[in-house]
Amino acid sequence: MLAYLARRLVQAALILLGVAFVTFALLYILPADPVRQIAGRAATAQTVANIRHQLGLDQPFLVQFWRYLTHLLQGDMGRSYMQKTEVATLIAARMPATLLLMLGAIGCELALGLTMGVIAALKRGTGVDQGLMIVSFVGVSAPQFVVGLLLLYVFAVQLGWFPIGGYGSFRHLVLPSITLGILGAGWYSRMMRSSMIDVLRQDFIRTARAKGLARRRIILRHALPNAILPIIAMIGIDIGVFMGGIVVVESVYGWPGIGQLAFQAIQRVDIPIIMGVTLVSACAIVLGNLLADLIAPFIDPRIKLR
Amino acid sequence: MRQEPVRAGANVIPDYLLTVEALNVSARTEAGLKPLVTDLSFSLRPGETLAIAGESGSGKSITSLAIMGLLPQPAVRVTGGRILFGGTDLAQLPERRLREIRGNRIAMIFQEPMTSLNPVMTVGAQLMEALQAHAPLGRAEARAEALAALKAVRISEPERRLSQYPHELSGGMRQRVMIAMAIALKPDLLIADEPTTALDVTVQREVLDLLRALQREMGTAIILITHDMGVVAEMADRVVVMQGGRKVEENAVRPLFAAPAAPYTRALLDAVPRMGRGEGPAARSGAAVTRLTEVTVTYDLRGGLLQRVRHRVHAAEGVSFDIRSGETFSLVGESGCGKSTIAKALVGLAPFSGGIEVAGRMLTPATVDQVRRDVQMVFQDPMASLDPRMRVGDLVAEPLVIHGIGTPETRRETVRALFHKVGLSSDQLDRYPHEFSGGQRQRICIARALALRPKLIVADESVSALDVSVQARVLALLKALKEEFGVAYLFISHDMAVVENISDRVAVMYLGQIVEMGTRGQIFGDPRHPYTRRLIEAVPVPDPTHVRSPAPLEAREIPSPLRAVGDPPPRARLVDIGAGHLVAMPPAAPG
Amino acid sequence: MADTAGPEPIVASARPEGTLTRLMRRPLAVIGFVLIVVTVGAAVFAPWIAPFNPDDQMFDGLTLQGAPMPPGGKFLLGTDLLGRDLLSRILFGARTSLIIGLVANGAALTIGTVIGVTAGYFRGWLGAALMRFTDLMMAFPALLLAICLAAIFQPSLWIVAMVIAIVNWVQTARVLYTETTSLAEREFIAAEKTLGAGHIRILFRHILPHLVPMIIVWGTLGISTTVLLEATLSYLGVGVQPPTPSWGNIIFENQTYFQSAPWLVFFPGAAILLLALAFNLVGDALRDVLDPTQRGRD
Repeated sequence: MLAYLARRLVQAALILLGVAFVTFALLYILPADPVRQIAGRAATAQTVANIRHQLGLDQPFLVQFWRYLTHLLQGDMGRSYMQKTEVATLIAARMPATLLLMLGAIGCELALGLTMGVIAALKRGTGVDQGLMIVSFVGVSAPQFVVGLLLLYVFAVQLGWFPIGGYGSFRHLVLPSITLGILGAGWYSRMMRSSMIDVLRQDFIRTARAKGLARRRIILRHALPNAILPIIAMIGIDIGVFMGGIVVVESVYGWPGIGQLAFQAIQRVDIPIIMGVTLVSACAIVLGNLLADLIAPFIDPRIKLR
Repeated sequence: MRQEPVRAGANVIPDYLLTVEALNVSARTEAGLKPLVTDLSFSLRPGETLAIAGESGSGKSITSLAIMGLLPQPAVRVTGGRILFGGTDLAQLPERRLREIRGNRIAMIFQEPMTSLNPVMTVGAQLMEALQAHAPLGRAEARAEALAALKAVRISEPERRLSQYPHELSGGMRQRVMIAMAIALKPDLLIADEPTTALDVTVQREVLDLLRALQREMGTAIILITHDMGVVAEMADRVVVMQGGRKVEENAVRPLFAAPAAPYTRALLDAVPRMGRGEGPAARSGAAVTRLTEVTVTYDLRGGLLQRVRHRVHAAEGVSFDIRSGETFSLVGESGCGKSTIAKALVGLAPFSGGIEVAGRMLTPATVDQVRRDVQMVFQDPMASLDPRMRVGDLVAEPLVIHGIGTPETRRETVRALFHKVGLSSDQLDRYPHEFSGGQRQRICIARALALRPKLIVADESVSALDVSVQARVLALLKALKEEFGVAYLFISHDMAVVENISDRVAVMYLGQIVEMGTRGQIFGDPRHPYTRRLIEAVPVPDPTHVRSPAPLEAREIPSPLRAVGDPPPRARLVDIGAGHLVAMPPAAPG
Repeated sequence: MADTAGPEPIVASARPEGTLTRLMRRPLAVIGFVLIVVTVGAAVFAPWIAPFNPDDQMFDGLTLQGAPMPPGGKFLLGTDLLGRDLLSRILFGARTSLIIGLVANGAALTIGTVIGVTAGYFRGWLGAALMRFTDLMMAFPALLLAICLAAIFQPSLWIVAMVIAIVNWVQTARVLYTETTSLAEREFIAAEKTLGAGHIRILFRHILPHLVPMIIVWGTLGISTTVLLEATLSYLGVGVQPPTPSWGNIIFENQTYFQSAPWLVFFPGAAILLLALAFNLVGDALRDVLDPTQRGRD
């Protein structure tokens, strides 16, 4: 178990190194010049060269990358070109908002997706099943920015039930969570349905029926724990999908999280922030997958971590 | 063809526990209702064992599910007749009332112990749940009862089993757990659907003995669903023989075996391979086509931080034998003994150490392509070993195409001839594998294996998945082809009776090693190794008058072939006790 | 139990029906199919059926106060902030969505298939290397990567398509990898090996034909993902650049006004949703029809 964990962490570190390298390389070949952005259009060639030298951007690529890495290992992600603030501070300040939004979205996904999937599987072949599956299809086909704008228009602008945007109370959280969670809810309901149908066909379900157990117990105690396994693995992968989704959702609702930070940084070619956010996201994805793998044996004792 | 029932089941006599009257079960298909069971009637007395015997598709399993109310509704349902149990018609009972009877008064055990237990619940939880569903028991009481049930089925270390998960138990132990679950509430009727089919023969023996002992202790009536006439002869008081959803014959077990009335029953009994005492012609002495010397196959298991090899599975360990031309050499043993591993090594599918020589050529990665022309393989499951997207004619021509033999026209001719040889008509060349029955598919595989005119055909459990009547015909075909083509067989099987019927020489494998080897007469007429004896004695005999010596009921487990690196298993030493009869001297003896 | 009984009869084969026939028996698939046909029609015939030039900033396209015209009257779906006819822009926008859907998804599917099948069949160091690379790509937040890439290269229609392909092949590769490994372990592949068949023959004659249905299914479902991703990039302003109309950038250009002119979000949004939904419906139905492992699920 400890050996497994150690190995996975080494793997994770390697993947993060790869992500850092690829992102750094991409930004290096960037045609847009960050120095020009900082210096402004009117700057002289001398000023530009000075700034370039100050930032170390006149050094060879590998030297720049090595310097970035060594700083990173000391917890230093550099300073934002534009805001002159520590990237780590910027990200840390916005992290709670993003985490809150993701938690809300995961809750929304699981609550909606699992319920719909289980009901559809149990009512398989009926109108209820078909209706739920059409809903789930619409869920996976709806662009998040359209959902966001529509929810905003109907529930905030027209009905006034929720604030139009911003951050602070539970009421601020509702619409963004639903917007971010609706896509996953669609996928989960479809997965849960087919997983549940598979499990209900298994021999041990027949055994449970042969024992004379009540239907409710067969579903809750025998079918559900077996059917939920593939979903657990999905939640890990989902973190990656969320990382993209927050850029859109935060921009629609003016949610002050790292999605907005990243988007603004990309528009202003603020390389240290882009690097920082990408790495933090990759970290979240890798850890999410690891966590999913670590939880799995508790649900299915057949899974051994080796 | 159809016989009148020996005894009309219509008159309900109160001392019957269960009476099935004119039962009809149908499946809903696109083409309308398809009957699965037609007009089936039989009755069962308390404490009696009734066997329902038949081949696949006979409707025997459907019958058992109908009694339990477990048919896969709404696609399959009872369309007529009554199932009277203690005066109530189970076919009419609502689900809620059926639930009170299921597991309580009628219990059931299934064929696949591997999949019939919930993988994510402990054995104890599943047992206690069965008890608590019908009896108002507290946790402690339920646990005590569950433990008692496990003790009743003579499982080793019953206390520990309670907190274990199904995957931690062997197949035999899981079936014992299933039985414990079924008998925990002392039901009046136990339905056992092929309870030993998925088990090894020695484990089957233990489970059959256990079922009989439990029946004696508790007086439970048993309906035993099986395809195995040996199991029928050993277990049943009375027998219902089914074919195509209908009852063809019903009788007490002795008269049924002594004088089968229906032609189908007679054919079925004739097809069952029987164990003699190993008489027959002596082994041929030709030149060796294949020689294995000290063949060892191990699989590495990695672990730890650096993924180093920590353990090895010793699938086959120092196996040596030779097969002479025109001979049928059999490898027998139970699952995991390494017999299939040897087959894979021989056709170049598993890396090995040691020497394999085929037709004078050593098998190495460099020579594997040439060697493959001399060794062909027929797998266990013909459906799985034929590419479902190709026409059977192309499948049989495939080896010729691969080795660039002939033109498309001559290949077509060759395939046509091969089809005739294996008893198929050549106008079926353009059909797909799924359009054939299991036996026909195996014939196609045999034709494909013959296409290159190999010197040796490896038949890995090639008839195990077939019904006995089909099996008998495929075995006859193999014998005839041997004479005609002069090919040698390496016949791999777990079925002692089949092996005795087809082999010239036999090797018995246990835990990756050969423990006894000799001619058919030597192995079956004069078995020396204790494991060989156990295997032979375990086979159910299709003769109800056969008297078996009482055996212990405790489960015996085969030790693991998994070993730490640097700790190879002790090698058995084979000693010639005369006329080429080799017997392993300890340490490879089983516990 | 389903095995037929008796003395080796020829199992009656169900008459093989065309995939299309079986597909057309599913109402949802038919709806999806119709939606796709309508969109393709709109894209192909846009110059003829569009009531106005999509780029014309019409003088009468704005109210006297300079606000966009609501739906109805001369402009069926109203006008945008610059007084352009929304219906015409949506019709021409269908071209963008479909071109990107086909090109980007085709490229992603090709990359995914090559990597997935190679890694799945050959295993060993090559397979391990390819799958580690796939893991690396999985660790990138896809949309973030796409935004980065799109910001680096000056976005044009083709660049956006390539960006989407680069982030979108991973899923296909993983699915085909799993499928190929399980196919490679099937007994009929082992049987082919014992007959002496080489890698090329096994790969092209026995493995790829079995993967075709799956590739078709994932190809269809992938178009839906691609359409959504294009719309999202364009909505964020890093996708297809105005004045080339795209459903995503129509919303991007007009979102500041959406409280008073919600149709500017609603109509293009509905178009994106319906097209993505259509490909999802058809893809799902195709999976039921083509993929034997999924058969009987519904």
